[in-house]
Amino acid sequence: MKFSYDEFKKSVTKSQIWKSMFRHGYSTGDRDRALTVLTNVFFHLHPVKVRKSGARFGFTWCAGGLSFFVFLTLVVSGILLMFYYRPTVEYAYNDIVALREHIPFGIMRELHRWGAHAMVITVWLHMFRVFMTGSYKPPREFNWVIGVTLLVLTMLLSFTGYLLPWDQLAMWAVTVGSNMARATPFLGHEGPGASLLAIGDIQLVHAGDDVRFALLGGRFVGAATLLRFYILHCVAIPVAVVLLMAVHFWRIRKDGGISGPL
Amino acid sequence: MTDSQSAPPKPVPSVEELSAPGRRKFLSWFFVAWASFIAATGGALSLVLRFMFPNVLFEPKDTFKAGYPDDYEVGLVDDRLKEKYGVWLVRVAEGMYALSTVCTHLGCTPNWLETEKKFKCPCHGSGFYLSGINFEGPAPRPLERFKIGLADDGQILVDKSIKFQQEKGEWNNPESFLTL
Repeated sequence: MKFSYDEFKKSVTKSQIWKSMFRHGYSTGDRDRALTVLTNVFFHLHPVKVRKSGARFGFTWCAGGLSFFVFLTLVVSGILLMFYYRPTVEYAYNDIVALREHIPFGIMRELHRWGAHAMVITVWLHMFRVFMTGSYKPPREFNWVIGVTLLVLTMLLSFTGYLLPWDQLAMWAVTVGSNMARATPFLGHEGPGASLLAIGDIQLVHAGDDVRFALLGGRFVGAATLLRFYILHCVAIPVAVVLLMAVHFWRIRKDGGISGPL
Repeated sequence: MTDSQSAPPKPVPSVEELSAPGRRKFLSWFFVAWASFIAATGGALSLVLRFMFPNVLFEPKDTFKAGYPDDYEVGLVDDRLKEKYGVWLVRVAEGMYALSTVCTHLGCTPNWLETEKKFKCPCHGSGFYLSGINFEGPAPRPLERFKIGLADDGQILVDKSIKFQQEKGEWNNPESFLTL
């Protein structure tokens, strides 16, 4: 029997497996073209139309898109690092050294670290661009607020990831950084108002139960801190970031796409 | 709205398309672009795959020295090497043999019960005599023995990469038993 490409194509596209994934024909009319985008979970995140100004590099610097791209590379390289890194005092530093010395493609950790620096830079550039083009103005005020939250979460991702190598730099950087939490109003034991929270001469907010204690899992940076920062870095904050990014992108569509020049 | 079933209207060739061969030529470069993209992706994926296979392992070696024969008492099962190497060294009157600590049923680790003189697997109750022969429970065949011999310095030398199975008659092999 002679092989017919058309017959073969037909047998594939008429099969139940194919039809269960692709619910409609291939771009033969306006309706199918629109459905191709709307019924595909990845395409439907894309805007239906992009304004000419939105595609202009000079206007957007692509900073938001670059931030998202760098975030994706950080997710991938981070998952790969998790195959080797153990967040315990006994292993953490040795595993970081092993990632460089014993494991092929030893640049993986550097990719993750450079990516983290790059993401902070692109997120700042994105914010700067949005500010300078006035893109925070109505109807985009809400998205600006989400963006600021995402900026803070980006900083927290960098901060929590900083401790994980468990070397002297990491230890003291986080010791110094978390000392700022002492000065949180009412919640930190050295913060303004904390001394007011007392019953008689019993302090309600002290070094053993304030916000810094909650962050570190103790009064000093130690084994509990390493585990807490690991969970925050790999699970808690990324989940929050992904949720907020989904809202962030969705609001861009709802607010009329990438804002154009005024 | 256009009916999706009806034939699409014939595209009217634009002036640009008719006059400029540059577009087709430009599109032909897409082949190069896709080839580079696939090459780059494939290269990155192969590196990621290689990343999953570390160059250094922190596992005990298959071949190891286990002290001198005099260190072992006749009739006793020695648990010293069980955790690290997965081996029982058994000293009998005629010599020594190295038994694997892997149950032949589903691969659990049995325990030597000194009072009952048997290896008993905690998972499904398989029992083995001191020799390694199975006699109760679901284990289908005796425990395996490893190659055993004496090193130049008189120490016992065990090689876990070579195993001997009783049901294949391999326990007759002199390398499976160290005669003393």
